[in-house]
Amino acid sequence: MSTSIPTDLRYTDDHEWLRAAGTSWRVGITQFAADQLGDITLVDLTAKVGDLVAKGKQFGTVESVKSVSELYAPVSGKITAVNPSLKDAPELINSEPFAGGWMIEIEPTDKAELDGLLSPDAYTKHVAAQ
Amino acid sequence: MERKRTPLWELHKQHGARLIDFGGWDMPVAYPTGTIKEHKAVRESVGLFDVSHMGEAYLRGPRVREAVEQLTSNAVASAAPGKAVYTLLCRPSGGVVDDCIFYKRSDTEFFVIVNASNTAKDLEWFREHTHSLCDIEDVSDATALIAVQGPKAVALVDRLAGGALTGLTSFTFADATVAGVACVAARTGYTGEDGFELACGNADAPRLWTALVEAGGLPIGLGARDTLRLESKLPLYGNDLDDDHTPLEAGLGWAVKLDREFIGAQALRDQKQRGLTRQLVGFKIAEEARAIARHGYAVVDRSLGTGEAAVIGTVTSGGPGISVGGAIGLAYVPVAHAKAGSQLTIDCRGKDIPATVVSGKFYKRT
Repeated sequence: MSTSIPTDLRYTDDHEWLRAAGTSWRVGITQFAADQLGDITLVDLTAKVGDLVAKGKQFGTVESVKSVSELYAPVSGKITAVNPSLKDAPELINSEPFAGGWMIEIEPTDKAELDGLLSPDAYTKHVAAQ
Repeated sequence: MERKRTPLWELHKQHGARLIDFGGWDMPVAYPTGTIKEHKAVRESVGLFDVSHMGEAYLRGPRVREAVEQLTSNAVASAAPGKAVYTLLCRPSGGVVDDCIFYKRSDTEFFVIVNASNTAKDLEWFREHTHSLCDIEDVSDATALIAVQGPKAVALVDRLAGGALTGLTSFTFADATVAGVACVAARTGYTGEDGFELACGNADAPRLWTALVEAGGLPIGLGARDTLRLESKLPLYGNDLDDDHTPLEAGLGWAVKLDREFIGAQALRDQKQRGLTRQLVGFKIAEEARAIARHGYAVVDRSLGTGEAAVIGTVTSGGPGISVGGAIGLAYVPVAHAKAGSQLTIDCRGKDIPATVVSGKFYKRT
């Protein structure tokens, strides 16, 4: 099965993507992850704007028809935005994972953590190894 | 270990299915259509399910009725030829070995379809408890099974059978030729919709599947099979049924005929006389609660204390109610909490979520 991996993003081992948006980074899950989960029926983003989160800390959950998955902050920082559309339209994560299906924006407090993210090439290899 | 493949595996790949390990089988969980649309297609039109992983066997011989009488909780042996009968296979304790459908071909021949994950266990159980009263032929590896389900299913199959299946009523079956393929056609299913289940030889299965697709059937994955059966409150072995719960507790008393002798009958009569202490109930979680209670989550009563002390029951199945809204599920709870309208509290990963007990099916076709 082919999966889209945009070349202008950075990635994590947990199948999240990050895109620079001003001083913040927008975060979502990749098409590969969305396809693996199947139809998503509920998104619960527990992190609120202004919250400080540590890298690896849970910021919400996504529930597909079959399973529930936890979402972890890819870097430490301050939450600067939460996608309000997902409450009523969780299917955006399946239909446009890299656009309308974004989840949060986070302003990193430790820029060095960004260096630990995967390049598109590295993420492509990571997916191929799954 | 290499996963087993059904004879339709190549076609699933061609359809772009997402294949997962299902009890050692490489099975389609969803096609590119997606589970939600697949679910709705079965409710509104007609869907096709590859359930060839299920087990099939023949039980034959002059004394086969005696053997079947011992194995089954329902009145299978005495059924009329041509009838399909849902039954439990019970242990002496009353716990459930499996649930399955027996097809009575004649007084000397029965066909049975069992759950995929239980095939080996059930065949062993049959051999052990029929005491050479009948011959048992396991045809699981040679038999494919396709379920055709939905409001348009009966007309579709009947058309491909040249009108030969028009007279077949619910829970009856007949040998038939569908799209040129010899099958056993049964008016049964596991979705709450009308339809057929077609058993045929492995080699013919791709031809039959392709004809059904060309006639308008949409391939449906096991993901939607689960959401459909749950809305219709059809139990799933391993979730809602197991060794530790009896059919009476599971609300399947209608499939248990206690005026007969069979393995487990005495334990079930005793349980009935004592009265049940727990029961499988359906529950609904309101859309606003934004939660899904899944298999294994605890039903709690916080007035009883903290931690384990608060646990009064267990969710056995749960998921989104795609046709009925909100989230739905099944749980074993004490009888005092089992009445329709009772309020339950379910610990959904650390968050207490309110649920309401509902009686009957979540979804009933009109």
